[in-house]
Amino acid sequence: MADTLAPGRPTPVAGRGRGGRIALRTVGLAYVAILVLVPLGIITWRALSPGLPAFWAAISSQQAITAFRLTAEVAFASVLLGTAFGVALGILLTRYHFVGRRLLGVLADLPMAVSPIVAGLALVLVYGHNGWLGGPFEAAGVDIIYAVPGMILATTFVSLPLVLREVVPVLQEVGTDQEQAARVLGAGGWHTFWRITVPTIKPALTYGVVLALARCVGEFGAVAVVSGNVSGVGQTQTTTLVIAERVQQMEPGAYQLAFVLIVTTVAALLVAAHIRRKDELS
Amino acid sequence: MTTTLVETPVGATAPAAAPTGARAQRTGAPLGRASGLTLGVVMLGLSLLVLLPLAAVGAEAATNGWSGFWASVTAPAAVDALVLTVTSSLVVTAVNVVMGTLLAWVLVRDDFPGKRWLELVIDVPFALPTIVAGLVILSVYGRNSPVGIDLFGTRWGIMVALLFVTLPFIARTVQPTLMAFDRDTEHAAATLGARPRTVFRRIVLPPLVPAIAAGAALAFARAMGEYGSVLLISGGLDKTQVSSMYAFSLYESYDFPGAAATATVLLVVSLVVLVGFEIVSHRAGRRG
Repeated sequence: MADTLAPGRPTPVAGRGRGGRIALRTVGLAYVAILVLVPLGIITWRALSPGLPAFWAAISSQQAITAFRLTAEVAFASVLLGTAFGVALGILLTRYHFVGRRLLGVLADLPMAVSPIVAGLALVLVYGHNGWLGGPFEAAGVDIIYAVPGMILATTFVSLPLVLREVVPVLQEVGTDQEQAARVLGAGGWHTFWRITVPTIKPALTYGVVLALARCVGEFGAVAVVSGNVSGVGQTQTTTLVIAERVQQMEPGAYQLAFVLIVTTVAALLVAAHIRRKDELS
Repeated sequence: MTTTLVETPVGATAPAAAPTGARAQRTGAPLGRASGLTLGVVMLGLSLLVLLPLAAVGAEAATNGWSGFWASVTAPAAVDALVLTVTSSLVVTAVNVVMGTLLAWVLVRDDFPGKRWLELVIDVPFALPTIVAGLVILSVYGRNSPVGIDLFGTRWGIMVALLFVTLPFIARTVQPTLMAFDRDTEHAAATLGARPRTVFRRIVLPPLVPAIAAGAALAFARAMGEYGSVLLISGGLDKTQVSSMYAFSLYESYDFPGAAATATVLLVVSLVVLVGFEIVSHRAGRRG
């Protein structure tokens, strides 16, 4: 970043503070190394040191495969919901004025301040067996809690503001000139949205989707509450729940599954960093 | 720098951060048929997913009246868990205010090979699944620690896990603010003979306070609610039980009103702290 942006380039202030800068750099790097980098190295070693056959066995068991499939289904549905919500609300908050707009922005941000356990509990209280809306769904034969729909709700809850937070600053920054021009030239609302708004927010949107995806794949607490943590027949355990079970039951294979998630996370971050750099250069 | 991992709340600080955007907002179009319909659908979704369930938590906590609620939240185990949660969240936030600001400074003002990788590594705790973060901490500071530091079942272990997950919040909130700085004042102060430390304290730090407060609020709220990352290192002992673990244990024993009472306390503390930091940030922003 410092190579492209002149103001970001460090300019020594009259040759002073150089020693201080190196000291700060050392402290910062040491902190990150001790807290993050070394632990990631150790867990990688623990995942791979039992050998490739053990690694394969850990990630290809019936339980692991089912968990991967559930994780993918839940994450995909949640990201889709969160993206639709984020884009729609982002446009409403930045392009329209209506009573309670500011409050709506704050409420949409609320999930960031809610513990995953509280989120899961809250959903159980509404959609569970004796919940406020549990009865009607039960009568209709739709299981929500202890089933996939509840897991999707929980995951959507905790990742809800992520896309919104990425698209709002961009929508604010670009303003409405192009959209108004399109309107004047006779484009309808839907047409303007797809041809002007979506291409404008595309980098921020992609970035938000990648972040939300990482978050959804890794959700643990909220899903632990609403899924019932069922293993075996009718498994509702996602990958993170299987990891927790294997660690707590002292079964092998936790490190290997964790390694798969670490690789996924780092890949997502690399994609996100790439999008951000392209966005800044253009 | 429009896209960072951690940003200040959307509705709360956007006008202060972008005055032009705020003006554009105020002159936004009135709702038409399509946008009105969209607003309705969004409101319905938000209500069914977030607002109604959170209201249900409050209602469930009030099932046995005020005395029942009070008995639940003043039970010795509940108090111990809350004290541990609040104190460790405060300590962790304080440490990361210092280290996060330092890291933001290093990311913006320093230049060395591999700086980009540092940015990536700082982001890892934000995106890493919490249970994997917990396993990462366990594999280093648990039993059979390869570095000889055994924090399994101790409060220190809880702190290390919370330090890990809250690391990116302050660094990534302060970074864009620091990046947007005009450095003339700093140069002027230095030219007039101010020492680097004085320049930092008098010139650089004051305008950073809103960003630091916003990042600290997010970090604190996150630490208060953490579950996955502290679960494994805690060892499931009473003395290392944080409030979210306590609420989960009540839920598992079908004490829904008790779990909801603890959840309500967690929610209230988080919201009070978020609003408090917002006020600090707002005041500091106005003074600066």
